[in-house]
Amino acid sequence: MSAPASSRAIAFEINGESVELEVEARRLLVHAIRDDLGLTGTHIGCDTGNCGACTVHLDGEPVKSCMLLAVQADGARIATVEGLAAEGELTPLQKAFNEHHALQCGFCTPGMLMSAAALLERNPTPTEDDVRYALQGNICRCTGYVNIVEAVVAVGGGENRA
Amino acid sequence: MTSELSNSLLQGQVSTTVETEAPPAKTLERGYIGQPILRREDKRLVQGLGTFFDDVRRHGMGYVHFVRSPYAHARIVSIDVGKALELDGVYGTLTGDEVAIHTDPFFEMSVEPGGNIKDYALAVGRVRHMGEPVAAVCAATRELARDAADLVEVEYEPLPVLIDAEESLKNETVLHDDAGSNVVWSGVFDWGDVDQALADADHVVKIDRLHFHRFSSTPLECAGALVEYDRGTAEWTLTCNHQMPGVGAIWMAPALRTGIDKLRFVTHDIGGGFGNKICLHPQYVVLCLMARKLGRPVQWTEWRTDQHTANAHGNERTFFDVEVAVLADGTMTGFKVRALDDCGAFPRYEPLGCIIWAQVTPGLYTWRNIRVDFTQVCTNKSPVSPNRGYSRMQHLWLTERIIDIVASELGLDPVEVRKKNYVKTEQMPYETPNGCVYDSGDYAAALDIALDLIDSGSIEERRKEAAERGKLLGFGIGSTLDSGTNNFGQSTLLNPDLQFSGNNEAASVKLDIFGEVVVTLGTVPQGQGHETTAAQVVADILGCPPEQVNVRRGHDTWFNSHAGFSGTYASQFAFTGLGAVKGAAELVREDMVQLAAAVLQAPVEAIELADGFARIKDGPEEAALPFMALGAIVNANNAFLPPDFNPTLNHRYVCRPYFGMVDTEKKTGQLTLTYATQIHAAVVEVDPETGVVEIVDYAAVDDCGVRINPMIVEGQVHGATTHAIGAALSEEFVYDEEGTLLTANFYDYHVPHALDMPPLKTGAMESPSPIAPLGAKGMGEGGGGGIHCIGAAIQDALKAAGNAIVYDSCNPPHRVWSMLQDPESTRANVSVVSR
Repeated sequence: MSAPASSRAIAFEINGESVELEVEARRLLVHAIRDDLGLTGTHIGCDTGNCGACTVHLDGEPVKSCMLLAVQADGARIATVEGLAAEGELTPLQKAFNEHHALQCGFCTPGMLMSAAALLERNPTPTEDDVRYALQGNICRCTGYVNIVEAVVAVGGGENRA
Repeated sequence: MTSELSNSLLQGQVSTTVETEAPPAKTLERGYIGQPILRREDKRLVQGLGTFFDDVRRHGMGYVHFVRSPYAHARIVSIDVGKALELDGVYGTLTGDEVAIHTDPFFEMSVEPGGNIKDYALAVGRVRHMGEPVAAVCAATRELARDAADLVEVEYEPLPVLIDAEESLKNETVLHDDAGSNVVWSGVFDWGDVDQALADADHVVKIDRLHFHRFSSTPLECAGALVEYDRGTAEWTLTCNHQMPGVGAIWMAPALRTGIDKLRFVTHDIGGGFGNKICLHPQYVVLCLMARKLGRPVQWTEWRTDQHTANAHGNERTFFDVEVAVLADGTMTGFKVRALDDCGAFPRYEPLGCIIWAQVTPGLYTWRNIRVDFTQVCTNKSPVSPNRGYSRMQHLWLTERIIDIVASELGLDPVEVRKKNYVKTEQMPYETPNGCVYDSGDYAAALDIALDLIDSGSIEERRKEAAERGKLLGFGIGSTLDSGTNNFGQSTLLNPDLQFSGNNEAASVKLDIFGEVVVTLGTVPQGQGHETTAAQVVADILGCPPEQVNVRRGHDTWFNSHAGFSGTYASQFAFTGLGAVKGAAELVREDMVQLAAAVLQAPVEAIELADGFARIKDGPEEAALPFMALGAIVNANNAFLPPDFNPTLNHRYVCRPYFGMVDTEKKTGQLTLTYATQIHAAVVEVDPETGVVEIVDYAAVDDCGVRINPMIVEGQVHGATTHAIGAALSEEFVYDEEGTLLTANFYDYHVPHALDMPPLKTGAMESPSPIAPLGAKGMGEGGGGGIHCIGAAIQDALKAAGNAIVYDSCNPPHRVWSMLQDPESTRANVSVVSR
């Protein structure tokens, strides 16, 4: 058994809002986001860091929030899927997921969107290969990735399926 | 409109369309069925605003963690929860002994010996697979529950382990003393006269052994539930992701010694199911007991490793002593086989897998003489549960392997031999040797579409080009059927005493006070877009835009819009789910027409529903009532309606398809209703140095009759194909000799990632079902074609390097490499006797 956990006060910005939390030292960031902050759009699909359903942005970079402790996010700027359409208007990426039928059960979708959004941030016109590389850390069990890749390529204005 | 629509669909000619791109969204006028309408579910899901069970919180909720067996087979000497209970924040524990006192074993569907197995929610006295829950702990946080589980002391006495079905059959070690045998069920299915067919054949092709491996669809959302117990009413509410609550309740209520209505199942969004969320009753019973014992809501979310280790594997099946009767012209007249199915430690949904395959007994072929000697045994592996393509996939893999092995050994062309032996479109509806009726389809035409898509004419040229690069190129076909809408009466072919038959699904439709159409589904969607497709059907029937139709998310037993077999499984939504929606909508429509006729002082025949109005056909513009007026009259302003006129605008409909009874003596009957066709074709390149297989071209052609929403249908084809590709090349639950699962998470159990996927081409044709309410066949489970075509393509590729015979359904690099190194040992598996 692990030693009794100590807790620690942390503060970070999430989707533009400042939050302060008292968390156990061993609390995973994803559990802090989901259970403590109630932002349940970020999902958990595995316990080994493989599936990417928990992907969020930490200081602008996509990270798997199940692979970080909450205390590691102290002072950081976090964005989750709930922050994408913050103004209530879906982003082009979110619209593209709908228009290209890029989701079925929708469980992987938040992580997919966050990985894809990070890609589009650094490469606004990705090719199909770029998208596949960028999403290789995100598992989808419903779609076979076909329409997900199409959607992301389309947002960048690229051509799909030569 | 409705009946005209249905009739036109039913009378429609088979149309063939080839689509190699996702169909674009169209501007809609009328006739929403058949349109690729964008999914309404997406808006919440792309914003992270879906509600999955793990998102739901309750005040004072406790988190449950299971203490699981590290052994595959052991006697439980003692369990001590003392230290766990001393930990601050721990609410309580539950052990197998308590379960044995407070519950009855789950009912078993098998006859003896399997029927005597005692299966409890927690291990009682003995563990039979690694990861089997032996105790449960409930605590204030997830972390504490896990800590406390570590403090539970369990003493085990290891027992001999059975991981091989053939070893189990020897009964040297018996897993379930109550059964006295490892055999769950066995029986012989004998249709036609296979001995005569073999005697009359010009060639008899013999295959000693073929193995269909263990894998599962591993939905990304693991299993779980939040369970609340109401002490006052003795009712449980399960906010959960069970995909077949109707049957879940049939298992749970007797075990919990309660009435079926005391279990309220609520689902919201579900993160994939694929059949793997059907056998959750053991864990849910533990949660029910814990919630009652502790007097607080309890929540359990399965860990990924636990899902892989101890929840739901697909059935593993080995085929022995296959003999195939072949005439000189390549016509196959029959085959016989001995099948040995491994259901793992407990026959949870089993032995249904011992009969479900019979829905597709001859595959797509005209074999009239078939004998299957089927036995199912327990082993010290995870229990199985239905898995996309359940039991039919295994059998169809056998039939396709037979076709390709026969073709290889007799020098026949795999395309021509298929076309020669396929059931022909002019034979439809076609009755199989065991009394199933293939409702419609044109397999040869679908094959041609697939061949075009992969440009099969250029295979030999591409083979040469690949050889110049040092690669072995191969081409293969997989033909499968997705049989939809189970007749549960087939269970009586296994156990005549079972009181199951037929099928049903319910839905309700109402017109609410402000003119909003509200639909409640009994089905339990897990990503199939039911909210969207149900709205399309209702919109067409009521004459309004789909946007005016609110389809409630998820399932709630309290809505009374469910039936005994409610759920989403066995490719049946298009038939029973939408059949129920259609039935309820038509009843509401009838009310609306009558009400409008009364208000507008017109005959009923003069009323039409269109554009959100009930109006007099060709009448003056003002002779029209908006839906809101109709809804308001009945719901809120009804005093003027005469006492003998009572339109409710609120109807429930149960769709109960007609099957007739099965013949338990001959083991025949209509076991399922619709048969969607899948023809897949793959071109692969094998690296002879490493055995790595790369799919370089792939086509999947699907014919599921009328496509209510072609976009959703194509999405299902993509998904099912991806499952098949994973299963064919990498996904395998591998055990060591101690019964330890070696592929217990996504590190070791490799599912396809975006980079693994080949370019997928899809084609579609529509052969409307003459019996389905909307001409639409169930679909979505037909991915098995991929397992077959990839295996066949590998065999074709290896022809130039020793001519190995593919004998396993999973061919990761090490297996392909072995076949390259020692093709002879695979060839020794096959022989031909020619006369």
